[in-house]
Amino acid sequence: MTTSKGLIESDILGHFGPYGGRFVPEALIGALDELAAAHLSAQSDPIFQAELAELHRTYTGRPSILTEVPRFAEHAGGVRILLKREDLNHTGSHKINNVLGQALLTKRMGKKRIIAETGAGQHGVASATAAALFGLECVVYMGEEDTKRQSLNVARMKLLGADVIPVTQGSKTLKDAINEAMRDWVTNVETTHYLLGTVAGPHPFPTMVRDFHKIIGEEARAQVLELTGQLPDAVLACVGGGSNAIGIFHRFISDVGVRLIGLEAGGRGVATGFHAATITGGTPGVLHGTRSYVLQDENGQTVESHSISAGLDYPGVGPEHAYLHDIGRAEYRAITDDEAMSAFALLCKTEGIIPAIETAHALAGAIHVGKELADAGHKDAVLLINLSGRGDKDVQTAAEYFGIPL
Amino acid sequence: MSLTPLQQLFVNLKSENRAALIGYVPAGFPSKRECIEVIKAMVAGGVDAIEIGYPYSDPVMDGPIIQAAADQSLRGGTGAADVFEVLKATTDLGVPAVVMTYWNPIERYGIENFARDLSSAGGSGVITPDLTIEESLPWASAAEKHGINRIYVVAPSTVGQRLADVTQQCSGFVYAASLMGVTGTRTSVSAGAEALVARVREVTDSPISVGLGVSTREQAHEVARYADGVIVGSAFIRLIQESSSFAEGLLKVQELAAELADGVRR
Repeated sequence: MTTSKGLIESDILGHFGPYGGRFVPEALIGALDELAAAHLSAQSDPIFQAELAELHRTYTGRPSILTEVPRFAEHAGGVRILLKREDLNHTGSHKINNVLGQALLTKRMGKKRIIAETGAGQHGVASATAAALFGLECVVYMGEEDTKRQSLNVARMKLLGADVIPVTQGSKTLKDAINEAMRDWVTNVETTHYLLGTVAGPHPFPTMVRDFHKIIGEEARAQVLELTGQLPDAVLACVGGGSNAIGIFHRFISDVGVRLIGLEAGGRGVATGFHAATITGGTPGVLHGTRSYVLQDENGQTVESHSISAGLDYPGVGPEHAYLHDIGRAEYRAITDDEAMSAFALLCKTEGIIPAIETAHALAGAIHVGKELADAGHKDAVLLINLSGRGDKDVQTAAEYFGIPL
Repeated sequence: MSLTPLQQLFVNLKSENRAALIGYVPAGFPSKRECIEVIKAMVAGGVDAIEIGYPYSDPVMDGPIIQAAADQSLRGGTGAADVFEVLKATTDLGVPAVVMTYWNPIERYGIENFARDLSSAGGSGVITPDLTIEESLPWASAAEKHGINRIYVVAPSTVGQRLADVTQQCSGFVYAASLMGVTGTRTSVSAGAEALVARVREVTDSPISVGLGVSTREQAHEVARYADGVIVGSAFIRLIQESSSFAEGLLKVQELAAELADGVRR
């Protein structure tokens, strides 16, 4: 499972140790095989890679910059903190990396229609954007609850020409939006590509989405080396499904001295049961086509997740994270809503950067880890954080939380 | 290995020159107590075998009718014990029965334990709509040990070697999905169903049952011309959902079962 460079690759069936694989209706196997083949050939095709790189240069705005945040870092034990600014990408988050890659694959496979699920709306907006850019029909499934929490993003998707379908089944959030997207895909698989937005789902999605995001870690590793002359002591990222985290972790997996820390949504606290910390508080199981950690009850029913952040409000997690956790290569911790919002406010006021609430979980994790390192005498430690998204979409939620009248 | 009651049913029906009528209901629908009444009404109307659904929180192969039924059942607290209880009550009537379940509940229950308890309740097998053959090894050995059938679903998009590989893993019957889509009633049975059944016949001797979208006598009759079994779910459930009283629903279920039973006679 490990390549000569020490990076982790799945087996041919998409397994990361006991995790991953495919648990899907037989109707989808043909499409998944087609997608796996298209991804594999694109990976080694210089024309595809050049086309994607050019899009990233002229459309996404890559490479994204690295920002050092000393005033914020004073509150994290005084260690050095560097932000990888994925929030500055076109559409405002890391999601565009994966979306452009999959949209190019869609074109290659000759499909004209894409469907996507979205929680916070960031992946839906990115998908609608790519659909507009490539002239594809786009349908986005979004839990009815989330369409209310993120009404601004619903309007953005509509402006970009996408159909947004509110999902009224189940908990009316991200997991139900994925169910509905899967049902659409089973029905329309011949003409439609399911542009899944995270590193979960059946093979090849966890591997493919990771491959489209690993550019984050590749750029960041070189940027940190250039700035500091050393590798970071730890790399931190928030984890819902886990795409931005895998994106920044991947290139560092073989750097065994670099700690990889995923911050999950602890909601009101893992002990309360109202959380979305799947690895911290879940158990191995199967959800949405893959085996990983899942929030579930004793009958194998998925339990509703809770988080102030719509983008982390998901009861599953990517299988590669489950594996990295089990082998001890990455650590996963839970950050409560309150801790995340406090870190959110701190970054706003100390550095003039409004982060996504998802991302604020990683910032809160950095405050903990920075203090721990400083207490242990490592005041010169360097922390690299994936600033995965900007917080414009969260202004309403934050205003309500902090009691700012609108 | 001796035949399961389900396999014996298909052997018997061959001599009657008709297809089997298989009725689906989720355990615990409309309530734990009333579910068995629905099954009895189906059987009284002429259903030959029962497919008991294990209600699941994320049923990606099911349309709105069965989703709503599963939700109702889950709100009533249905769990594994209730599934086995209704299974036992069904097989006690002398009716062959299988369980239809998404994979996670089996994994959570314990693969070996699920096969054991299903067998103890007299169940003939399990339909697993989201278990791929690549992930089936532990299930295959558990099912074999306890002498129960493994039923996989194939779709119009299942072609070539893949169709042979999947159907080779099936026992009891092969579940042929009539169309690309989810469960639910349709105004007509997809023309793709007959073509799929013909392709399955070329690669296996197992009986073939067609599901997805069958709801009327005419549709059952049409499918029974080429298939060995006809599976009806949403049409029954809708009758319960739309009736003003449960008693009325039961009567309608029995009437529909009788019409469908007439339909499957060639």
